[in-house]
Amino acid sequence: MSVPDPIREGLARGWKAIDAATLAADRELECDVAIVGSGAGGGVTAEILTAAGLSVVILEEGPLVGSTEFRMREREAYPRLYQESAARQTLDKAITILQGRCVGGGTTVNWTSSFRTPPRTLAHWNKAYGLDALTESALAPWFARMEERLSIGPWGMPPNENNDVLRRGATKLGIAHGAIRRNVKGCANLGYCGMGCPLNAKQSMLVTTIPAALDRGATLVHRARVTRLVAEGDRVVACDAFGVERNGAQQSARRVRVRARHFVLAAGAINTPAILISSAIPDPNGLAGKRTFLHPTVVSGSAFAQKVEGYYGAPQTVYSDHFLDGVALDGPMGFKLEAPPVHPILAGITLPGFGADHARWMTRFPNLQVLIALMRDGFHGESPGGQVVLRSGWPVLDYPLNDYVWNGVRRAYLAMAEIQFAAGAQSVMPLHEGAQPLTSWREAKGAIEALTLRPLHSRVVSAHVMGGCPMGSDPRAAVVDDGGRHHHVQNLSIHDASTFPTSVGANPQLTIYALAARHATGLAATLKA
Amino acid sequence: MESASRSSRSGSCADLATRRQFLKVGLAAGAVLAVVRFLERSEAAPAPNHRVLDSTAVVTVAAFVPIVLEGTLPEEPQARARAIRETVEGFDRAVSGLSLPVQKEVDQLFGVLRFAPTRLAFTGLWQPVEESSPEEVAAFLLRWRHSSFDIQRAGYQALTQLIQAAWFDNPLSWPAIGYPGPPRIA
Repeated sequence: MSVPDPIREGLARGWKAIDAATLAADRELECDVAIVGSGAGGGVTAEILTAAGLSVVILEEGPLVGSTEFRMREREAYPRLYQESAARQTLDKAITILQGRCVGGGTTVNWTSSFRTPPRTLAHWNKAYGLDALTESALAPWFARMEERLSIGPWGMPPNENNDVLRRGATKLGIAHGAIRRNVKGCANLGYCGMGCPLNAKQSMLVTTIPAALDRGATLVHRARVTRLVAEGDRVVACDAFGVERNGAQQSARRVRVRARHFVLAAGAINTPAILISSAIPDPNGLAGKRTFLHPTVVSGSAFAQKVEGYYGAPQTVYSDHFLDGVALDGPMGFKLEAPPVHPILAGITLPGFGADHARWMTRFPNLQVLIALMRDGFHGESPGGQVVLRSGWPVLDYPLNDYVWNGVRRAYLAMAEIQFAAGAQSVMPLHEGAQPLTSWREAKGAIEALTLRPLHSRVVSAHVMGGCPMGSDPRAAVVDDGGRHHHVQNLSIHDASTFPTSVGANPQLTIYALAARHATGLAATLKA
Repeated sequence: MESASRSSRSGSCADLATRRQFLKVGLAAGAVLAVVRFLERSEAAPAPNHRVLDSTAVVTVAAFVPIVLEGTLPEEPQARARAIRETVEGFDRAVSGLSLPVQKEVDQLFGVLRFAPTRLAFTGLWQPVEESSPEEVAAFLLRWRHSSFDIQRAGYQALTQLIQAAWFDNPLSWPAIGYPGPPRIA
């Protein structure tokens, strides 16, 4: 059976798509709005602006790849569809960051978890950053609109065994948990969302808003890395992009210059601040790139007597907020529990050790069960996040891990191990270079309490980069206002997760969708006036 | 040797001596590293069938592979040779997709392993990796794994993870780990 590929079909109907890596000469384009990035923020923005009749150019660093080329192979997907071949790391290499770099951005490769912004997070943003307009009730219609657009709703199938362990363990321990809503339509429960959906069931930007914008005449420039905005006084007049080859590692000499009335940055929370910094965009208080958050995530592996087959079935269908809700926002670090997909490369590089130690786990791959704890960062004085810096022109995030984080990591290892044993695990191991397989909750408790926690010993990963260009009412403390408009530059907006003043405390895609929809609707009204 | 036996006998004083010695080694090695950057930069072209690794680096990675992947590599000699070759090629592909500053760091890591004085100072290996015994190489990886220097732990993780990543999405590795592969779309 062949699955229709909306990208091939769109190109055949005459979409305006330019592959910047293959340009023989420089190009200049003009439009009403240039959008940098085609992920959650850029995709939604492109659809809304084109629906309002504005002309749009979308610039995307990654390639335009459709379902025909999504073959559920990590080896193909990571280099093609992720930043730095899915091996992007913080400056000291202690945190590995999974970030999309393809048309559709993170939404093409994410694991479909859809949460509205937690009310506590919005209340904190309101109180601490003057975001009075972004209340739960004010945002409710925007969430509803995007949920409808992207088919976000309850997932009808039972969780796979990897997720069911979280459900069973939490139930047994009396820990509150719930089912994760997903943005899918006609999902066949394959489990390979992270490599691009081969069935176009995931309602990513790649199959929804981007095709809608292109059908209305938008131009998509892909494999184009925007290196700077050209500003004159308090206005941006153009943005410059260069073709990228070799999965982003090499930049070509061909330039695409886009002139526009308005510019929207939606390049993600590492690249958006990097563009502001390298363009010397006015930033009188030096805020751009600071307070960047990751939901630093730690991992607990366990082995079961029965097969778990964490590679099959929808990833992340069960969650627990028990350890977020049970602590004050400005108290010890809270964490959200989820169960990720388990595929050979991800498991291979995340399990600690080498040789026989490592093989002992890998040879039981079908019986391997994995939980993750996503730590809520940015709410406490000792959680300032990281800072985006430029190294030979390449953005890198410097995110030091401190004792506040390690305290949360230890509690997370304990919580995950207890749940895994409660669900029947034979052995559990926090993924840490100094850990050994543990065979009872009692043994695990002692071992985890004694574990030395430090960078490059604990495996720390992140798939959620947020902050660095915070929204806020005070131009001295924020880069953009509550509508995403830059405080110091007339015709510049930011529509991605970089505008979050803290982390979300939940998987961020729906927060980005709703805010981008709100910002873009406001922007369209202004530009059409 | 002497400081090792001392530190095992008495506590904090010896720890301090060890730390001081580490620091000295660290500083000296830092100076040498600066020289290495000039002397041992990889000027060589990528090896045939490789994008970035030169022929010396290819030999070095190939020497690490059986140690890092012990327990999941096939035993049959021909299959084993192929698995090692394809893992090195996968390692090379992965490095070629990293950002240029990170690629440069990987290159420096191979420079350190290639240049005898830095190799000895940083890894404790008297011979090049490919001429050392598997036990010596494993012991060096273990030292880096638990080193008190962030940079050595980072070096250990880069070497092992690039090799593991290159191997475990190769269908040749799947029988050993029991992965049936992605489903067929009916």
